[in-house]
Amino acid sequence: MFYGDFQAIKEVTIAVPARRITALIGPSGCGKSSFLRCLNRMNDVIEGARVEGDVLLDGRNIYDSRTDVVELRKRVGMVFQRPNPFPVSIYANVAYGPRLHGIPDRSRLDAIVEKSLRAAALWDEVKDKLRQTATELSGGQQQRLCIARVLAVEPEVVLMDEPCSALDPTATFRIEELMTELMADYTIIIVTHNMYQASRVSQFTGFFLLGELIEYDHTPKIFENPQDQRTDDYVRGRFG
Amino acid sequence: MMLFSAQRTEKLAFAALWASAAIVVLPVLGIIAVMLYRGASGLSWGLLFGAREGLLPAIVGTVLLVSLTALIAAPLGVAAAVYLNEYARAGPLVRLIRLAIVNLAGVPSVVYGLFGLALFVTLFHFGRSLLAGSCTLALLVLPLIISTSEEALRQVPQGLRHASLGLGASQWQTVRRVVLPNALPGIITGLILSISRAAGETAPILFTAAFYSLTSPLPKSVFDPILVLPYQLFVMATEVPNVPESTKWATALVLVVVVLGINLFAIVLRARLRGSRRW
Ligand SMILES: Nc1ncnc2c1ncn2[C@@H]1O[C@H](COP(=O)(O)OP(=O)(O)OP(=O)(O)O)[C@@H](O)[C@H]1O
Ligand SMILES: [Mg+2]
Repeated sequence: MFYGDFQAIKEVTIAVPARRITALIGPSGCGKSSFLRCLNRMNDVIEGARVEGDVLLDGRNIYDSRTDVVELRKRVGMVFQRPNPFPVSIYANVAYGPRLHGIPDRSRLDAIVEKSLRAAALWDEVKDKLRQTATELSGGQQQRLCIARVLAVEPEVVLMDEPCSALDPTATFRIEELMTELMADYTIIIVTHNMYQASRVSQFTGFFLLGELIEYDHTPKIFENPQDQRTDDYVRGRFG
Repeated sequence: MMLFSAQRTEKLAFAALWASAAIVVLPVLGIIAVMLYRGASGLSWGLLFGAREGLLPAIVGTVLLVSLTALIAAPLGVAAAVYLNEYARAGPLVRLIRLAIVNLAGVPSVVYGLFGLALFVTLFHFGRSLLAGSCTLALLVLPLIISTSEEALRQVPQGLRHASLGLGASQWQTVRRVVLPNALPGIITGLILSISRAAGETAPILFTAAFYSLTSPLPKSVFDPILVLPYQLFVMATEVPNVPESTKWATALVLVVVVLGINLFAIVLRARLRGSRRW
């Protein structure tokens, strides 16, 4: 995975299990976000970005020329590192995806919007002001709105890029609960800087360093008995 | 000694900025005042609606010309800007197109007039007509529309595009549902600027659309020539003898009022679009 001539990710091979939570950790700038974007081909829309290699989803290579990218992104949803709600009403934000994919019917939309907002632990705060502009919400609320917006499309895989970095502990806790609930139906990959979060919610953890996947294993193993010295240093906080 | 304390520089900056604003606004107010002063006495029912020498046909002609120009140039210009900003990958071709647009914006308007004469009037057999004039004016304002629209599109945060694409929207859905609605106020501002420029131009329509007549008929189709205010004023001021000074000023006043009226209409339109941006 390159930006121009700069190679941001080097030969990563990883098998992400379905219906589990996989955490990706690593110092800032090591390529976690870039790697996540490879998984739903969001790198396609970044000027100068280029990907080599294969990503298999249900045995099919998503970088195959026959892949329908739009369909792929419906199946693999993404919550971005920076909250990016549309400057329209809260309702319209959540309804955006379903409307896109052909659900015009009001009552079904209402139901989807409520379900998604509940799932993202935002419903109680916004249920009386669904017509309010989403950009007036606080940063943490905006991030949960973005999560709700992705859930409304009912993807199979949810990629989350530091979804909790702007949230208070209560909201973070709700999101973690949410992830655990979602695990039954969804495959979740989460990037986080919070070691406790990784160890609490995930079953598998991958440690990235300077564009390389240093170690990938069951979460308890990574945190208690890592094979690589660098992983050990990082999870024990002995790393820059 | 604190000669330039923060507070003092603040005051100085404020005074300087205020003065610049005043210097910009004063001439405009001055022009309007002079026109009112010298033209008010010439304004009369006869001047506006009189069967002979009435300005009404020219007012109608100007409005028709500008409307048709907007109808031709706006979709073309916005579409081109969307292509350049949303679809085209950076490369030599796109650079060449941008260079061409920038240079076209600097071509004197009389050149457009001659080009319009050769292309629309003669080659396409539109004759000297409303249609030929509108096409020529459309060419004139296209570069302006494209660059202001592109600027408006660039103002739309990248994150919104990514959010939409990430939810499984196609490129076109993203453009239509997210990018265009967010860029619309800026695009329309650019359209207003461009169109009001078109409304006051004389040179491009001189050979392509305008004629001067005392019997002042209205056009029956887009292939008829039209009376337009700037040309009316031009002929009145340079070729017709014995036109009272106050009549000329009054005509100028009417021209300015019509241009302002067109702008006002566009501004109201923009405000309403902004209000209804709840998709
Ligand atoms: N659009 C881009 N163009 C060029 N280089 C980029 C771009 N995005 C990221 N990079 C580079 O790729 C490398 C990895 O960036 P990335 O955003 O994936 O890191 P990250 O692990 O997500 O960091 P953080 O934890 O701070 O979010 C960095 O060196 C960064 O400078
Ligand atoms: Mg990142």
